[in-house]
Amino acid sequence: MEQVIKTVFPIVILFTGATIAFGAVMGIVAYTVLAERKVLGWLQGRIGPNRVGPWGVLQPFADLFKFIFKEDIAPDKSTKFVYYLAPIVAVTAALIPMVVYPFGPDITSVDWSFLPFGLGDGVKRLPLAIAQIDVAVLFVLGVTSVGVYGIALAGWSSNSKYSLMGGLRSSAQMISYELAMGASVLGVVMLAGSLNLTDIIHAQMNSPFRWFIIPQFIGFMVFLISAFAETNRVPFDLPEAETELVAGFHTEYSALKFALFFMAEYVNMFTVSVMCVTLFLGGWYVPGLSHIFPAGSIPYAAVSVGAFFLKIFAFLFFYIWVRGTLPRFRFDQLMNFGWKFLLPVAIANVVLTIVAIWLWNVL
Amino acid sequence: MVTPLFFLFAGLSIACAISLVYHKNPLYSAISLVGVFISLACIYITLAAPFIAAVQVLVYAGAIMVLVLFVIMLLNLDEDKPLTQLRYLYAVGAVFGVTLLAQTFFIFYAVSKTPNTSIPNTESGLTMSIGKAMYTEYLLPVEIVGIMLLMAIVGSVIMSRHLSQTQIELVKAKEDFEAFQERNDY
Repeated sequence: MEQVIKTVFPIVILFTGATIAFGAVMGIVAYTVLAERKVLGWLQGRIGPNRVGPWGVLQPFADLFKFIFKEDIAPDKSTKFVYYLAPIVAVTAALIPMVVYPFGPDITSVDWSFLPFGLGDGVKRLPLAIAQIDVAVLFVLGVTSVGVYGIALAGWSSNSKYSLMGGLRSSAQMISYELAMGASVLGVVMLAGSLNLTDIIHAQMNSPFRWFIIPQFIGFMVFLISAFAETNRVPFDLPEAETELVAGFHTEYSALKFALFFMAEYVNMFTVSVMCVTLFLGGWYVPGLSHIFPAGSIPYAAVSVGAFFLKIFAFLFFYIWVRGTLPRFRFDQLMNFGWKFLLPVAIANVVLTIVAIWLWNVL
Repeated sequence: MVTPLFFLFAGLSIACAISLVYHKNPLYSAISLVGVFISLACIYITLAAPFIAAVQVLVYAGAIMVLVLFVIMLLNLDEDKPLTQLRYLYAVGAVFGVTLLAQTFFIFYAVSKTPNTSIPNTESGLTMSIGKAMYTEYLLPVEIVGIMLLMAIVGSVIMSRHLSQTQIELVKAKEDFEAFQERNDY
């Protein structure tokens, strides 16, 4: 019995952590949608949704119920299996990177020996991340790149010209900007000497610059621009250019299937915000906080987690702000910009970083 | 813990591989191949090789297969194309299949004959050790592969343009002229 509990307990803890993280991410995503409508309203001199609940705070739930109760329609000539598979692929690929987000520092000050059956014996730290894997950066880039299938297959299986064009455009765009994004991350990886997100945050704590945005400003800008393109947001929302393509790849999708695509887009926004904050803005690290609270204590962790989410909210606000401000690119401009400007700049940044690190070590 | 996961993902990859061969529609085959790649990545993780797994997903599932899917979607191949002209491929396929099967059995045989002495090093699948091995011990093969890939890229660019040397020079002259015009406009 005791042996069974000892085997099952870590798995239960992992599942609990995953559930909490999932709930937090989904809550943030739901309220990002509301915030987007509110902020866009203010930017355009409107009020925004304000009818459902006080100040419109129940609007996400109203939207969700509307999506659930709508009729589920599939076009007659669509390829049914792929048509239903596409939104599932999109949302799964968007949610999986959650397992490597570093939400906060390890809690090391708690003594876990009060737990029954000796479960807490020898447990020194409680990491505030579901998994701290060795290749986290590659993992996030790889899994999000699988999300392209959701869009490409949705465009193809709908059997509609607008959908197909939208799907092709968007997969071409995502493949092109993935390269620039991967190359822009390399500088940070070289400075930190690791692909593990927690190690990258620790490297930023120990570096003289505190945040990698200072030595890696070019990389940060390239990452930010390609993040906008990767998530198909304004000014790179060509797949949804409504004047040309109706609604792009999800033209033929309705009800909950459309809601899944919608959700995948906002979860992807959250993912690139997490990556940007973790790689360039120090993640959960608040400079000087260890002088107020001892590192590893519960208040230290709480403030760090708060700082992490605050930085992410700032990014999400930036996304909405840009959407309210900038016009859309033309498709050829987008491709030229990605291949002929962003990628060379990212590679030049890599070379510069190599030279700088070499000089630093020699001198 | 690892053994049931191995059988789960091994079974999944075999099922996807069978569906890859079975389907006549190339798009379904492509999707099945993506399934094979992802199941293989999961097996690599259970074998303590996370770097290989991540690269497998990133390169094969995330990049190469997307391009294959692209081509299939753009060409829009006929589903029921008869295979009558390609009968000899069955023979070629049989030869390859038997060879691969023989190889697999040979590996099983070799592994069962080798005494299992050393405990596998859990560090060896990590990024740091792979990088060290690639850029010190196996530097020459890595460089050779890099040059070959560069040649392939240049070759594919040349082939996709279908131009002779004189045509390339004409295109160049035209581009120069347009750039010259643009400069004079402003």
